Amino acid sequence: MMPAGVKRVLPQLITLAVLVALVSAVFPDFLQLHYSDGRLIGPVIDVLKRGAPVALLAIGMTLVVATGGIDLSVGTVMAITGAVAAAAIVAGHGLLWALGLALAAGLCAGLFSGCLIAFLGIQPIVATLILMISGRGIAQLITEGRILTFNLPGFSFLGSGHLLGIPVPVWLWLAAATLSVVVVRRTALGLLIEAVGVNRRASALTGINARVILLAVYMISGLCAALAGIVTTADIRGADANNAGLWLELDAILATVIGGNSLLGGRFSIPAAVIGALIIQTINTGILLAGFPTEYNLVIKAALVVAILVLQSPLLAGDLKRMAARLTRQRYPAPAAKKERASS
Amino acid sequence: MINPRRYPLLATIAIFVIAYAICYVQFPYMLSTRVAGNLLTDNAYLGIVAVGMTVVILSGGIDLSVGAVIAFSGVFIAVMLRDTGLHPLVVFALLLALTTAFGAAMGALIHRLGMPPFIVTLAGMFLARGAAYMLTIDSVAIDHPFFDTLQGTYWLMPGKGRLTLIGIIMLLAFVVGHVVAHRTRFGANVFALGGGQQTARLMGSRVGRTTVMIYAFSGLMAGLGGIVFALYTGSGYPLATVGTELTAIATVVIGGTLLSGGAGYVFGTLFGVLTMGLIQTYIVFDGTLSSWWTKIAIGVLLLVFIVLQKALLRLGTPRGAAAA
Repeated sequence: MMPAGVKRVLPQLITLAVLVALVSAVFPDFLQLHYSDGRLIGPVIDVLKRGAPVALLAIGMTLVVATGGIDLSVGTVMAITGAVAAAAIVAGHGLLWALGLALAAGLCAGLFSGCLIAFLGIQPIVATLILMISGRGIAQLITEGRILTFNLPGFSFLGSGHLLGIPVPVWLWLAAATLSVVVVRRTALGLLIEAVGVNRRASALTGINARVILLAVYMISGLCAALAGIVTTADIRGADANNAGLWLELDAILATVIGGNSLLGGRFSIPAAVIGALIIQTINTGILLAGFPTEYNLVIKAALVVAILVLQSPLLAGDLKRMAARLTRQRYPAPAAKKERASS
Repeated sequence: MINPRRYPLLATIAIFVIAYAICYVQFPYMLSTRVAGNLLTDNAYLGIVAVGMTVVILSGGIDLSVGAVIAFSGVFIAVMLRDTGLHPLVVFALLLALTTAFGAAMGALIHRLGMPPFIVTLAGMFLARGAAYMLTIDSVAIDHPFFDTLQGTYWLMPGKGRLTLIGIIMLLAFVVGHVVAHRTRFGANVFALGGGQQTARLMGSRVGRTTVMIYAFSGLMAGLGGIVFALYTGSGYPLATVGTELTAIATVVIGGTLLSGGAGYVFGTLFGVLTMGLIQTYIVFDGTLSSWWTKIAIGVLLLVFIVLQKALLRLGTPRGAAAA
């Protein structure tokens, strides 16, 4: 990528580096890597692998958020696609059928939400809330409320297999992220998405078919959720309609925002969102490795999220700049009120 | 001539009445005060939280922390009553002060950092849920004579229906919410903020102060909802009311408030809550629908409801309005 691309993700990379340093301070073996049985083993590989579902979701979520929308249904879509794949395998269909049906289910889910938003003009949060609530019921209907287990080595390979020493889920999110970056940046699609996100009416007036763009974006999000669902289902070799992808939509949105993408739409960065997903997973894994009691996990996570948001805040950046400017010309004492604002 | 801004509210009420009529045709017993009383009691905590959520959404914001705050409230009450000799009323006061301050803190963060409410309140949700875990990871039963008195307080309506204390608290919350949102200067500021920050500033309202107060009010309502939930279940459990924030948002939207802010009525939310309750009551009455059908039915009815509302709105405003 160009230096400009690196500059865009610099805050996220620094955050990730600081977190890795923090975790290493409490758990010194964090950065250790072993090579055995033809695969790499270590906490970092674990973070990369466990971060796969959220990283995959974050790719689609970034595009949705760039249009000024939000997709609350992705966690539920994971459950549906997992159930569809497992049901197909249990029914005796082959690997390709299972994968095809699961991906098709994800596309359908995205098409459904997209239609509500693009054609009926329903607010994205409500439109996707409908699928979020009812979708888990659909997944339970498919699995009949049980955890559907299966045994198909080819499918399990997608969740727990290795390729060139790296877990397959890592390859999957790397490939999905690279492919989507190429598609949105080498074509005009990214620009069109940003245009719709900044001002849908204006973009329509300039001749952009905002409806098609919205449909495409929600279908991509559904497809990413389907991939995440396949990875999760393959990893545990079973479809759990109740818990698969539970609350992952919130993590995906969080990853997108940590990636510096505005929820109001407009400019976006997929690499930054994927790094955001890794930041979240580093926090999760780090808390576990550092040996805190599990009851403290959420509180620590909340504190770290707030810290990251505070550091990324555009208003605070302005404050810091003003403070720095004041330090360089100390002869002019600042008004008391402003000093108080800068220190908070 | 009816004010076009009232159309969503009227649509909400009309749809609730029609839905109730359909239920009545199938199950005549639906129209008893017993069912009505239960409808109020079972949805009391949801209604109270939805009042706060309505104010937040009217201002163009969102509060994802309320479900976790309810769970925290229940655990806080249960643990305080178990481990200290404090009277429940003192515990309630402490709790409300705590949740109001918590909401105010989120409001301050939203304003000072210029961060979207979605993310700040998401962090608040993690924090409140985490704090509940830190107090206890078990379900703690509440056993206190005064608590039992509160739980047993009700007004026997004609037809043997019980209007319980928590049902009354919910109705009062809606009255207070209505006055706050539609009859005070603060309420005017909320609507102004929902119309856009710059508009609000030009109107001369203090955006920061209003934002802090909005989320403080939502925190207060979530705390009150937590007290009511504790009275309803008689226990505190850190995993309780997961996802209630989303149900509350859904009821506000069904109630005809625009999620983009600036337009809506607190009383619409009451009908949103009652409609959600009606859906569940219908499924219970029907008896043949299994638990996963409940979720699908609620989703489908939510969809039908929103589409109907859109259609009614379009009928009401022949031109314009179609632009999303």
